[in-house]
Order: sequence, then C-alpha cells, then structure tokens
Amino acid sequence: MLIRQSPNGLDRPFPSEITPREVFEDRRRFIKQLGLGAIAGTALWEMANREAFAQGVNPKLAAKLNPAYSAMDKQTTYKDATTYNNFYEFGTDKSDPSENAHTLKPRPWTVSIEGEVKKPFTLDLDALLKLAPLEERVYRLRCVEGWSMVIPWVGYSFSEIIKKAEPTGNAKYVEFVTLADRKQMPGVGSRVLNWPYVEGLRMDEANHPLTLLTLGMYGETLPNQNGAPVRIVVPWKYGFKSAKSIVKIRFVKDQPRTAWNMAAPSEYGFYSNVNPEVDHPRWSQASERRIGEDGFLSRKRKTLKFNGYNDVASLYSGMDLKKFF
Amino acid sequence: MAFNPTPRQLGAIKAAAFALALLPFAKLVWLVLNEALVEPLQYITRATGDWTLYFLCITLAVTPLRRLSKWNWVLKLRRMLGLFAFFYGALHFTTFLWFDHFFDVQEMWKDVLKRPFITVGFIAFVLLIPLAVTSTNAMVRRLGGKRWLWLHRLIYLIAPLGVLHFWWMKSAKHDLGQPLLFLVIVTALLALRVWWSRTRAGAPVRA
Repeated sequence: MLIRQSPNGLDRPFPSEITPREVFEDRRRFIKQLGLGAIAGTALWEMANREAFAQGVNPKLAAKLNPAYSAMDKQTTYKDATTYNNFYEFGTDKSDPSENAHTLKPRPWTVSIEGEVKKPFTLDLDALLKLAPLEERVYRLRCVEGWSMVIPWVGYSFSEIIKKAEPTGNAKYVEFVTLADRKQMPGVGSRVLNWPYVEGLRMDEANHPLTLLTLGMYGETLPNQNGAPVRIVVPWKYGFKSAKSIVKIRFVKDQPRTAWNMAAPSEYGFYSNVNPEVDHPRWSQASERRIGEDGFLSRKRKTLKFNGYNDVASLYSGMDLKKFF
Repeated sequence: MAFNPTPRQLGAIKAAAFALALLPFAKLVWLVLNEALVEPLQYITRATGDWTLYFLCITLAVTPLRRLSKWNWVLKLRRMLGLFAFFYGALHFTTFLWFDHFFDVQEMWKDVLKRPFITVGFIAFVLLIPLAVTSTNAMVRRLGGKRWLWLHRLIYLIAPLGVLHFWWMKSAKHDLGQPLLFLVIVTALLALRVWWSRTRAGAPVRA
C-alpha cells in the first residue's frame, strides 16, 4: 500500500516554515497565558462534575487546580481508574489490587529521606501533606502494556522534597523504595519481581516540575490499590516508573537498580520514556487504547512522544532514546 | 464393566458437550454486550487464547482417557472437541488481526515476522486449518484413513507450539504459572503416548 505524503507542509513542515526556537518559546508562553483562562474554565466545569464519579470512600483532599499542568482530555472514570490496576504486590491480574488491597494500612506511615543528603530525616503523612500547597493536576497515564488513562492527581512537585532534603553534590539519582510487607501484601510472596519494588529517576528528571509527589486522586486521598498513601507520578514515562506506596526516598550516586529493569533488562529500560518510535520487543508502542473510550470497532489512538509532555524533551537532548530506552 | 452409552445417550452427551464448549464464547458475548469489560479486546484476546489451549489439551486427552477407562465412546467426541480448539483459535487470531492491526494485513505480517512469540502462535494456527478442513467423514474417505491419521498427528506439534507461544508471551512478566501448567499437561499427554508406543501395551496406539 502506498501512502502519499501531501507536500503541503502540514505533515512535514518545510524547513523555511520552522519557527526559530526562541520565537517559538516566547510565543508558547504568550499562548499559555492566554489559554490558562480557558483551561481553568473547563477544569472548573470538570471539577463540578467530579462529584458524579468520586466515590466519597476516602477523605477529601482540598487542592487548587494547576491548569498549566492539566490535560484537556476526558478524564477516566473513578471506577475504571480504581479497579483496573497493575500493583503486583497484590496480585498480577488487573482486578487483584482493588480486590486485595484492603489489607494495606496507609496510616500511620512514614517516609524516610536518606542517602546523599545533608541530614537524613523522616516525614510522617501529616508532614507530607503540609510540606507544600496541594495542587490538582490532570495527567495522562500511559502503561507500557499499551493502554492509557487520564487521572486528576493531587500532590505537589517532587522538587519540594528535594529542596527540603538538601542533597549533596554526590546525589545523581533518586531511588524510590516501596513497601514490601507480606502481612499487608499477598503478592509479595510471589517471585514475579524482586521485592521491594524499586524505581528511580535521574536527578534532573526528579527535579522537573511535572514529577508529582502524589497523595490523592479525584479530590480524595489515594485508594490503597492506587498506591496509598504516597506515590510518585511521572507522566511522560510508562506507568511502572511511577512507584506506589513509597517508604524510602534515597539520593544516590549510581543509577538505581529498578525492579522491572532487573526482571527483564531488554524489555524495560531505566528511562522508559513514552515513545511511539521505540517498540517494546513484543509489541509496538506506536498506539494505545484509552480506557473507557477506545474500544470496539475503533482504531487505537496514536501514542505521543513523552506522552505529549514535550516540555521534558530538553532533559534528553543529545541522548539516543533508542539506546537509552 | 465400562460405561457404554446407547446411541440416544451418546447423542445427549454430545449435545451437552457442545453446549458446554460454547459457554466461554457465550460469556464473552455477554460481557461485551453488557460493556462489563474495562479493556474488552485485551480480555477477549486472553480468553480466546486460553480456551484454544484448553481445547487442545482436552482433545489430546481423549485417547489416554479412552485407554485408561476403556470408554471407547469418548472417541466419538474427539472431532467436535478438536473443532472447538480451531473455533477459539480462529477467534483469537481474528481478535489479534482486529485490535492490534485493525485488519491491516500488511502490518500484521510485519508483526508476525518481527516477534517470535507471534510467529509461533501464527504457525500453530495455520497448522490447525488443514485439520479443521479435513474433519468431515468425506474428507477422511478422500484422504484414506492412514494418510488422514498422519495429517492429524500435526496436533502433537500444534499443542507444544501453542504452549511456547503462551510461554514467550508471559516470559518477561515473570508470570509463568499458567504457561507452566499447560506445559505440564501437554508434556504428560504426549509422554503417555510415547511410553505406550514403546511398551506396546494393549491396543496399538491410534493418534
């Protein structure tokens, strides 16, 4: 089959039409400011509808919407977002976490900050909730398995934690260590992965304002199956990079040995940026199924590079993303 | 004294087996129509794949069951069971062509050639086709019993290929419980035949 490219500069712009970067960025800023009003309006309307699908099962979390970091996509229903999960500590089926996670005790909870920091310390949940103003942000979530959701998270930029931790010059990476307690988590007995589940980010990734220290979703505290009481959300990477139920945040010199990367290094790289141009060995990543929308008789939607979060592209300039997948 | 049904009873057993074998399909249709599935195509792919393997195992179990129980009549169910393996296999393949490639055959070929686990599954499905086509009495006569029998021994290759396909699909997820179960069942069913053909115990082995 021959697909003809129309030479009209729409699919592939003519070089002469490509805006110089500075002009483009300036324009972006202006448009952003213009657009914020409209986005805020839409988002407020979304919030008004929130009551329709948040269950009211968990305590409410007051948060101010951050429109600059909120996707306009239609949000996934609370039901789908809380019953269709990968959380292997509670089993490997998508329905396992919502069925089994009631045994997790999200309170009391402490997170210890350690490693290459001036002075290690711990934070309990109340301290975490008060550390910075809570924001609501609507992020796209793309799973490495080829499905996606759109979720309104509650939290603040992880950079707030970094500021408080005062990492030393040796800190090149951040490692997230999650809970692995057989008593609370029936899946930890399995040998599917090495426990505890460990994830990590390069320092500049961790510092990026999009990286969200997350304490809630849909205006409430996190349900257990979604990583209560505290998780990380990294929206431009595949979902497994967003570790759940975090107990330790370590600032380290060397690249963390992350759970999926150790399990299958050829399939799950350390970076795992959402990238339609880099296939998973066993399936293409060029498209995705949006849960609740793309179903029967509809083509899958095209996956966007960095999940549509182009702001992060500069973190990887000069890196071969096929090699560092 | 082995149970030996009358023709009427056998008819009833066949009808019951047919209805039971359609249950997984009915369940899928029901779930889809009720929009009870979060990721329908993913679920259908998994379910149809699982049931293809189940029916391959059940079909392979007929001969050992007959020999161990002396219920010769179970042989009369074998054709139907084998055709159900093909039926679920065809659904599985259609779902793959549909939801992974939206009926873009060129794209499908790329995928089949590029990914070993799909290559293996595809070969297994293609090998099932001649068995389904030659399942009628007329076809047995046309081929002649001996040649027909040899052709249908392809199932000894198809079943392990199906297990391998499932194994590779699951391998990176380190979640090999189910593939291992199928591997044990298929290995046991084939090993019995090897052992019987070596020992020549009882009647000569027929597929």
